[in-house]
Amino acid sequence: MTGAAPPARPIRVLVAKPGLDGHDRGAKVIARALRDAGMEIIYTGLRQTAPMIVSAAIQEDVDAVGLSVLSGAHMHYFREVMAGLHAEGANDVLLFGGGIVPEGDLPELRRLGVGRVFTPGTATGDVVRYLRDEVARRRPDLVN
Amino acid sequence: MYDKEAWLRERYAESVRDRPERKAAFRTSSELELDPVYGPEDVDAATLPERLGLPGTYPYARGIHPSMHRGKLWTMRMFAGFGTAERTNARFRRLTAEGQTGLSTAFDLPTLMGYDSDDPMSRGEVGVCGVAIDTLADMELLFDGIDPERITTSMTINAPANAIWAMYLAMAERKGADLAKVGGTLQNDILKEFLAQKEYAIPPAPSVDLVIDTFAWGPRHAPRFHFVSVSGYHIREAGSTAAQELAFTLANGIHYVRRALDRGLDVDDFAPRMSFFFNVENHVFEEVAKFRAARRIWARWMRERFGARDPRSWMLRTHAQTAGASLTAQQPQVNVARVAIQALTAVLAGTNSLHTDAYDEALSLPSEQAALLALRTQQVIAHETGAADVADPLGGSWYLEHLTDALEAEADAYLDRIDELGGVEAGIEDGFFAREIGDAAYRRQKRIDAGEEIVVGVNAFVTDAPEVPVPPTDPDAVRTQTERLARIRAERDPDATSAALARLREAATTGANTMPAFLACAHAFVTLQEQMDVLRAVHGSYLEPVTV
Repeated sequence: MTGAAPPARPIRVLVAKPGLDGHDRGAKVIARALRDAGMEIIYTGLRQTAPMIVSAAIQEDVDAVGLSVLSGAHMHYFREVMAGLHAEGANDVLLFGGGIVPEGDLPELRRLGVGRVFTPGTATGDVVRYLRDEVARRRPDLVN
Repeated sequence: MYDKEAWLRERYAESVRDRPERKAAFRTSSELELDPVYGPEDVDAATLPERLGLPGTYPYARGIHPSMHRGKLWTMRMFAGFGTAERTNARFRRLTAEGQTGLSTAFDLPTLMGYDSDDPMSRGEVGVCGVAIDTLADMELLFDGIDPERITTSMTINAPANAIWAMYLAMAERKGADLAKVGGTLQNDILKEFLAQKEYAIPPAPSVDLVIDTFAWGPRHAPRFHFVSVSGYHIREAGSTAAQELAFTLANGIHYVRRALDRGLDVDDFAPRMSFFFNVENHVFEEVAKFRAARRIWARWMRERFGARDPRSWMLRTHAQTAGASLTAQQPQVNVARVAIQALTAVLAGTNSLHTDAYDEALSLPSEQAALLALRTQQVIAHETGAADVADPLGGSWYLEHLTDALEAEADAYLDRIDELGGVEAGIEDGFFAREIGDAAYRRQKRIDAGEEIVVGVNAFVTDAPEVPVPPTDPDAVRTQTERLARIRAERDPDATSAALARLREAATTGANTMPAFLACAHAFVTLQEQMDVLRAVHGSYLEPVTV
């Protein structure tokens, strides 16, 4: 983004549950942990389509979007949400994720520009550190 | 002289001064604090025989059958489903050839939510986490070459349970099977969907009405079927403690019984065919205690509160599954050990049926090789360990009896609290269950993050492990399903289709039992979504309030 620097504010993260998958334990635990770490969290709730997630990300002016997918449909949703963010010109928004994602899918996700994908057993502190580092890299104007 | 209090105060305290304990406190998953040792003073010995009973006698703490696993081993039932009906049928036949004794069907998310494979909501999900079933045609392919009178089938399906059950029964009828001889288990537990797994379609009250339709219809028309499997499994996976899993599951079971009685049903007509499904996590003794407490509490409620006279109504029959959420993506082979311990625990707890998770489940759907290893694990326990030779082998352990009593007390307190809230449906509306489960999950994650709770390979003993091969999903599933749906829609009799749908709308609107209409829909090749759209139109869709 160009223009005047926005005021310093906490990192804003949209935590989203795309598709029909109802497994929301991970999404909720991460949302709480990020909030406890001082970030502003918007949780979409269940059954979100890719356009709904993109539109929430734009409206809420978030720095990062985290998709939680345990159903195996992750490739479909990362692809669609990434395309949607690009179509909106939100190229500096970090798209990352978590869930049951096989190692073999990671190269394709990286190629799409998706950030880290956290699998079961991740310490919440690792997610917090990653977001601080990565968002700081993308948005040096923000102070957390 | 034997005196535990004095021993703790003197000998134990002295010993701990020299050699401190490893942790500040030793607690179970339910946050029950444990003593260093248990003795006769920790158990009410005088009432113990009557509170336990013998195997096959009230209150069934020690198991529901007199001979338990000496007579018949538990049913080895491996949950399987992926891609198209044809591919899942092949996995069913392979597992049966390898010695599994019951089938268990995993449906894909569109099926679980009542959408057809060609609906936009289904994109990316068709045949991914289970098998896609749109019409009776798929159901017939799924059970091709399998005799429904000879092998029992469990179906993990909830919001569209009536429609899927009707498709299964229609498949059996078209094979010439006698429904009086067709057995199996329908999960059909919509309440735990609102509590934990979140695969609901319409609001709680009409959802429960659909469940009660099966309570009324099942015993008269498909008497060997367990028409409900009241499930704690998913509540635990969502992050609850063992005590919450126990309490919320029983609360849901009690809620169904109350609704069935409200409907004018006789408790002894339906209760003998109710069944349950619990998780088996890593804390061996707490898990065994949970199953024993569950049987005891259920027996007491059924006999004393609901006045059931048939002993089969008092018995809590249960399936068990090892804990998917305990499996780690790091060093996945270590999951083989976790699954083996949990499976042994389930057998020691007297389960009647068991699924063992495959070690690769934190990474992907199970590969055939991993699923086979999980089945072999059960066979080792059954035939090599002796664990199946004596009923309730841990019974009488002061520690176990103390924990069983403690979990029972925790569950009773929760049951009272849920009643004070106005019952399970009121608790769902209030967000009570979401808060309880979410808080427990977060507390546990914080303990793991802080290193207070060790997870091997995750926050201790971390190494780079060799990668595990991941089976590819079925890339042709969408095309196969879409083409088959188009063909069925073109070939079926449109008059029969609309007549069956009209019948379903009529039953859903007037409150008549919906099962005959679902059967008519199945036979007329009405798609699953066409049926569920009727319910969504009559009752409205449901989406829970968003809470973190």
